[in-house]
Amino acid sequence: MTSAQDGKFFQRGKTEELRAELQAAEGKDKKYIKRKTALKKIVANITMGNDMSPLYTDVVHCLGTPLLEVKKMVYLFLISYGRSKPEQITYVIPNFLQDCNDRNPLIRALAIRTMSYIPIPSVTDALAETLRHCLKDRDAYVRKTAAICVAKLYVADPRRTEKAGYVEMLRDLLLDSNATVVANAVAALSEIAERHDGVSFQLNLVVANKLLAALNDNSEWGQVYILDALLRFVPQEHADAEIMAERIVVQLQHANSAVVLTTIKILLYLMNYVENRRLIEHICKKMGPPLVTMLSSGPEVQYVALRNILLIIQRRPMVLKNDVKVFFCKYNDPVYIKLAKLEIIYRLARAENAPEVLAELQEYASEVDIDFVRKAVRSIGRLAIKVEEASSACINALLDLIDTKVTYVVQEAVIVIRDVFRRYPGRYEGVIPKLCEHMDLLDESESKAAIIWIIGQFSDRIDNADDLLDDLVYTFLEENVEVQLALLTASVKLFIHKSQKPSVKELVHKVLKWATEEIDNPDLRDRGFMYWRLLAINPATAKEIVLAEKPAITTDSDRMDRGALDQLLLHTGTLGSIYHKNPETFIRGVAGRSLPDTPALNNHSRAVLISTGRGAQYMNPPISVAAGPIEPSAGPSTVGNQAPSSPEADERLLPSGSDGQDADTSIDKDRDADEHAAPTRPPAPMDVNDPYSNLDGAFGGYIADGPRPMQNRGQNNDLDDLLL
Amino acid sequence: MISAFFIFNQKGEVLISRLFRTDFKRSIADVFRIQVVSNPDVRSPIITLGSTSFFHTRVNNLYVVAVTKSNANAALIFEFCYKFINIAKSYFGKVDEESVKNNFVVIYELIDEIVDFGYPQNSEIDTLKTYITTESVVSSAVAVEESSKITAQATGATSWRRGDVKYKKNEAFVDVIENVNLIMSAKGNVLRADVDGHIQMRAYLSGTPECKFGLNDKLVIDKSQGSGGDAVELDDCHFHQCVRLHEFDLTRTISFVPPDGEFELMRYRSTTNVKLPLRVLPTVTEIGTSQVSYAVTVKANFNSKLSATNVVLRIPTPLNTTNVECKVANGKAKYVPAENVIVWKIPRIQGGQECTLSANAELTSMTTRQVWARPPIDVDFQVLMFTSSGLIVRFLKVFEKSGYTSIKWVRYLTKASGTYQIRF
Repeated sequence: MTSAQDGKFFQRGKTEELRAELQAAEGKDKKYIKRKTALKKIVANITMGNDMSPLYTDVVHCLGTPLLEVKKMVYLFLISYGRSKPEQITYVIPNFLQDCNDRNPLIRALAIRTMSYIPIPSVTDALAETLRHCLKDRDAYVRKTAAICVAKLYVADPRRTEKAGYVEMLRDLLLDSNATVVANAVAALSEIAERHDGVSFQLNLVVANKLLAALNDNSEWGQVYILDALLRFVPQEHADAEIMAERIVVQLQHANSAVVLTTIKILLYLMNYVENRRLIEHICKKMGPPLVTMLSSGPEVQYVALRNILLIIQRRPMVLKNDVKVFFCKYNDPVYIKLAKLEIIYRLARAENAPEVLAELQEYASEVDIDFVRKAVRSIGRLAIKVEEASSACINALLDLIDTKVTYVVQEAVIVIRDVFRRYPGRYEGVIPKLCEHMDLLDESESKAAIIWIIGQFSDRIDNADDLLDDLVYTFLEENVEVQLALLTASVKLFIHKSQKPSVKELVHKVLKWATEEIDNPDLRDRGFMYWRLLAINPATAKEIVLAEKPAITTDSDRMDRGALDQLLLHTGTLGSIYHKNPETFIRGVAGRSLPDTPALNNHSRAVLISTGRGAQYMNPPISVAAGPIEPSAGPSTVGNQAPSSPEADERLLPSGSDGQDADTSIDKDRDADEHAAPTRPPAPMDVNDPYSNLDGAFGGYIADGPRPMQNRGQNNDLDDLLL
Repeated sequence: MISAFFIFNQKGEVLISRLFRTDFKRSIADVFRIQVVSNPDVRSPIITLGSTSFFHTRVNNLYVVAVTKSNANAALIFEFCYKFINIAKSYFGKVDEESVKNNFVVIYELIDEIVDFGYPQNSEIDTLKTYITTESVVSSAVAVEESSKITAQATGATSWRRGDVKYKKNEAFVDVIENVNLIMSAKGNVLRADVDGHIQMRAYLSGTPECKFGLNDKLVIDKSQGSGGDAVELDDCHFHQCVRLHEFDLTRTISFVPPDGEFELMRYRSTTNVKLPLRVLPTVTEIGTSQVSYAVTVKANFNSKLSATNVVLRIPTPLNTTNVECKVANGKAKYVPAENVIVWKIPRIQGGQECTLSANAELTSMTTRQVWARPPIDVDFQVLMFTSSGLIVRFLKVFEKSGYTSIKWVRYLTKASGTYQIRF
């Protein structure tokens, strides 16, 4: 373990001085020490971001030195600056070609690897003939390097590379006798096919089996490339999928989480084509433990695992249904892990484990990170809505939390209690006085709107509702729209309940006048006019409309649409699975994926199938999914947990409570048995371009708060261009 | 796949910068510095801006960063970062700013070898060390034969092992190391207790030895199938690249050709019948608003011939603590104001022994009285020759065609470090 002492070279060097040093080294230079030192200084300076390109000729001069270390440093220099000096690179090419024909396979590979990193015509022309030889080199190491070279050349110039026949040669390498070569050929072909201008790369049963045979002799990375490519195998019969699933299921035991997650991706994919119920159950049972084991890995891998688990359990609830405890947060978990775990805990909560889950959520509600605490409090309310048996305990927990008087805790609690009222009408209204006591702690619009809604809705039971509202409307003109809308509606409700009181009449008149005369917001103004006319023309009808029976809140729609899930799970383990978004919606130039429709596709998967045409899907900037809270107009919010921007607005948008029944009453054979399984909804009508445009709504405010790619809102120039 | 790979120091200075693709310039490093290094509130190891995503992990105040413009395999990228850190550790002993700067040329050489165009390649340390060394090698005709051997190994079915290893004394050391995770509720209920175990092997064996390894385990895929016997139930196990997974699947035997030297043979997880080596009984009482009294007892719950060593309890105190008086009969306890904890260190606790700490924390009065969050008590410890899961190595057989006899050593260690948490 000898350690070099090269740290001293990390000093800004002037190019003239470095040049002088290199020139001095041409004289007497025992063991090329001087030359090596000068080159190390240059490489250190490249690292630090200093422009060393003026030294081009001097550095290239060093290629004559018979030291591998020197050669590698010169090559590194050429990779950094070769492209910027196309006219000078020609001097180096003979050197490269000499290395390409070296007897030493490591040198041959090094030469083609370096050349292909400099994608300018003079270099690629020189490489052309050599590469053809190297793709058939007798040494596997050279062949596997050559395979990746083809991908590099393709990225630089797709049409030329294809014309030169390299892609076909790459396909031949899929049948190579060496497993590593096969894996690299697969990686290169996949890269080429991923591009929307790429060639097609499909696997038939014969080739797929050949790839599987190479799986076990491969490095962990090679296994990932091969497994990943199995998505390109389209099962035509159930048996195709079943046999393949059985063959790869052992890879779940691999130590590398990338191998495991990629295996899971393929298994989830194949299960759409598997008919045998028992096999599906078997695979689901096998997938759970490795996913949990990933939680003992480093925090970054844990995070990837958690975000994927959240998707997987929505599609295959059987995978981890008894495992809620393993997701309990350690106090010292990074906050991103805690947030991801919280979401999973909520999804795994059921009547049987609700007491444990609630105790755990209460624990989190007293932690330090504000964001985490807020979500924990909200989750208590969501638990009340999801699991009826636990609702009373949850309400008591929320009331205890309100007693802490910590402002953000109280605000969150008020917001969720509002939803709990709607889920269980007539059961918990007794707690209203307690909420009203803490009204002055509320200083955020969402929580203010919530308490205002509560006061308006139950103004018949709250004796001093008119006084409370009167206080609240005092700042009407300064509030934001969300609160103003709530105030407007609440005053109207109050008036309907207590129209005989003169002070109430005065109040509603005041608010209506403000809303229609002083306010510029068209929504608010129009609603003001509507109420005013309703009340003026027919107060009885007004009562019927304003106090109409509200559809019950459920958490059924809390999970993602199944067709969308099937599609998203084709990206298991990738960035898309972190953000729960299809990659074509946020990464430029990526082709979308969908389940291929073949005779083997299960009927239920077909019924919800979302197909994506190949081609550019990237929209710039992507649709209204920017970070931050959802705008009041963000679409149908059906879930109890998303605070409606204004209760009334929300009610109008709510789907009728019965829509579950007509959706899919046949037994969903394919979906795992799940106690809460709401009948699958048919896909809602969607934006043609983005089948997920409705997803944020379906998830409520939670997923909207989840991790997501950042967009540069409000700027014309694309961030990608800025980054270049 | 990976477009660029960087190492940053804590100040955001670039120590290593390697671009694999032309879709980025080096200046992309500045974006990372602004978004992550100088951002005090980074809430994700992955940051995506436009189509560009930064993946980072940290080691000793360094940032190891991979950048991509594709829908990259996130698990693969992080596993690669971990692997890189492991390789660097094995080469340079430690991975910190000093060692990275001192070895940057070798690091570039390594990166060029283990990633091509952003695709991780052979990263087996044993193979890499045959041709990337910290001393320079003169390229000459003599090396050709040697090189072919290297390339065969780098692309071969047993890329993790050279064929020509020779030892005078053939030995294999097996360490069974278990990390215990515990979350205990304030009421003394076990909320979560499980074991993350791994079996570390150091094989100093000649030739190409074929090993068979046996444990008293029983892999339980479906808990409802019931249990019996003295077999330890493993919820899950994962193996090193060298273990033949198909054979394990069919016959439950762990057979493999080991890499030369040290490697992690297996990782496993067990959640049933977890023996908790240390029991912690805290009584923490808030007396009014000005005092908190502590009485914390630790009890060693294992055979009296064994002992727990390096026991460290970290007992949280309220943020407005001014002073703490501690009394202990065993070890040393002191209040660490910077971390708001009482640190109680006990060098050794014999099996069956009980130790008690009593302490009194004085608090200043605060204008806004906020409820104390009461973070859990955290216990670190090590117990030699003890496994929480009850796992025992039944046999390790080594077969080599030359028929030598080998000596095998087995050690057991159970420990906790930041994962043994008791709420109060």
